[in-house]
Amino acid sequence: MKSWTKTLCATALTGLPALALAAGAFEGEVTKQATNWHAIIMFFLFVAFTMGITYWASRRTRSASDFYTAGGGITGFQNGLAIAGDYMSAASFLGISAMVFDKGYDGLIYSIGFLVGWPVILFLVAERLRNLGKFTFADVASYRLQQTPVRTFAATGTLVVVALYLIAQMVGAGKLIQLLFGMSYSSAVILVGILMVMYVTFGGMLATTWVQIIKAVILLGGASFMAFMVLATVGFSPEMMFQKAVAIHAKGAEIMAPGKADPIDSISLGLALMFGTAGLPHILMRFFTVSDAKEARKSVFYATGFIGYFYILTFIIGFGAIMLLLEQPSMMETVVKNGKEVTQLIGGSNMAAIHLANAVGGDLFLGFISAVAFATILAVVAGLALSGASAVSHDLYASVIKKGKANEADEIRVSKITTVVLGVIAILLGLLFEKQNIAFMVGLAFSIAASANFPVLFLSMFWKGLTTRGAVVGGFIGLISAVGLIVMGPAVWVDVLKHETALFPYKNPAIFSITLAFVFTWLISVLDKSKSAVEEKAKFEAQFVRSMTGIGAAGASKH
Amino acid sequence: MNEDILTRVQSNPKFKELVHKRTRLGWQLSILMLAIYYGFILVLAFAPNVLGASLSGGTTTVGIPVGIFIIISAFVLTGIYVRKANTEFDQLNQQIVEDAKQ
Repeated sequence: MKSWTKTLCATALTGLPALALAAGAFEGEVTKQATNWHAIIMFFLFVAFTMGITYWASRRTRSASDFYTAGGGITGFQNGLAIAGDYMSAASFLGISAMVFDKGYDGLIYSIGFLVGWPVILFLVAERLRNLGKFTFADVASYRLQQTPVRTFAATGTLVVVALYLIAQMVGAGKLIQLLFGMSYSSAVILVGILMVMYVTFGGMLATTWVQIIKAVILLGGASFMAFMVLATVGFSPEMMFQKAVAIHAKGAEIMAPGKADPIDSISLGLALMFGTAGLPHILMRFFTVSDAKEARKSVFYATGFIGYFYILTFIIGFGAIMLLLEQPSMMETVVKNGKEVTQLIGGSNMAAIHLANAVGGDLFLGFISAVAFATILAVVAGLALSGASAVSHDLYASVIKKGKANEADEIRVSKITTVVLGVIAILLGLLFEKQNIAFMVGLAFSIAASANFPVLFLSMFWKGLTTRGAVVGGFIGLISAVGLIVMGPAVWVDVLKHETALFPYKNPAIFSITLAFVFTWLISVLDKSKSAVEEKAKFEAQFVRSMTGIGAAGASKH
Repeated sequence: MNEDILTRVQSNPKFKELVHKRTRLGWQLSILMLAIYYGFILVLAFAPNVLGASLSGGTTTVGIPVGIFIIISAFVLTGIYVRKANTEFDQLNQQIVEDAKQ
């Protein structure tokens, strides 16, 4: 398989037209056919199976509640798997194992940041969210505030986060297919976009959740097998694995220790990852798919377990890749980057987990893992699209434009149309952002979720004094400052816009933008002496009782 | 929620007990998790050598078990909360809901 992927990747990377790609494939016809079939058959089995589920789900999806939240009938265990599935995106699986492969220990630091937000979400917000919300997190944020401004803000925050997250997933999909099937980057991105739209428009949240659950189970199974095989090669001695890796890696013993990082950047990244999780709209939405607060709690418990286990696996997989791939010349290629020749893993470090699958399990397992990685992208983008679509249909259309008087059928129709529009936008953004590092794009989404959505959501539930004016001004300041500082920071100003030095020195603006959001939300709320502000504060007591006891909360719909 | 139910719940001593217990446990565990994580981040930022030091003379560094410990602690802490909430808090909550209906 190595020779054909090498040919294909080299062709794809140099950006030659599709004709040259076909010619390259022709030369290595026999081997190519054999490998392709495994991956393609397994991938199409997944697609066929999930389409079957989508058909089943479409027959059960009638009301808006069915469409947005699967009627609230998902159990805590199922939801835990689905949340874990949303989290175990291709960007996490490929990106974090790549980070471990490149930098060793720093990859573990990153994954810990992704995990530790979960317990805090459980302790402070999960039950309140379930008791107050119906379909979107804006339901909670606008509970006692004015609908139009707060929902407009929440929908904006949702769409920006969804767009960034979608870019990361689309780029991952394109790269993966480029390597595996020999399809062009653009056709892969288009395929993902179309399948995503089909899952969501036909099957709603029920299909989206089940696609996510199935994928989570096979991804955990596949990654467990890889980690097991890696450990088996070293007689199940982590010490032996680390020794071998250190001996091979260009950075030597540095991979066992944290790399040099700016303290402010590290703390800022920690804040973004932790509070970003509590502001991701597609994750928050999952809390409304369970029947009550008890199931919401259980989902976080299971999710934390699965996610933690998964990150331990990716760490082992990253080290396994160092140990088993770096010394194999057939896994490496030489490319020209910025005028210099660089030897790298075929397809780049993001492909570490994929190549490792081949090394430990042969072509059949490579096909399996590739199909799983692709399935992962499909499942995650479906959740993202649904969340973006509900922000438009439920928050903007039904609440802002129709002032809460929208007919349910129309609302669902708007949601489906939005899904199609999002599909097109996702494809375009995927094509535009081809060369960006995918793990980093997810980091951007987290910064914005932490700075815009989280402060408003948190204060709406915890602080009686929050007013509409405070929430909207503070929220937008968080959003604008996060986006602005990222654009002026090294990741965009230098890497994308090619300026000499960044206007803002840190990669992660969260520490500044979260603080700004909280300070302004507080300040504007305190200064707000309007009549509506008084009313909003007075409504807090009733909100608090409901958030604590669940009296009056939306229940599961019966079928 | 109508005013009657609201005042009934608010004046119920069990409601005060629930709010007090649940909020306290929630904040205690959150602070513990934050302390563990930001303690780790601060060590990373200001004394990275501590984590890069060899554990018992081998290649494995102190940072590896520390990292695994944080992952496991996240899971254990959620387990503690869920257990407490599913038994004690839910029972109390059930009583409050029953009382409010009368």
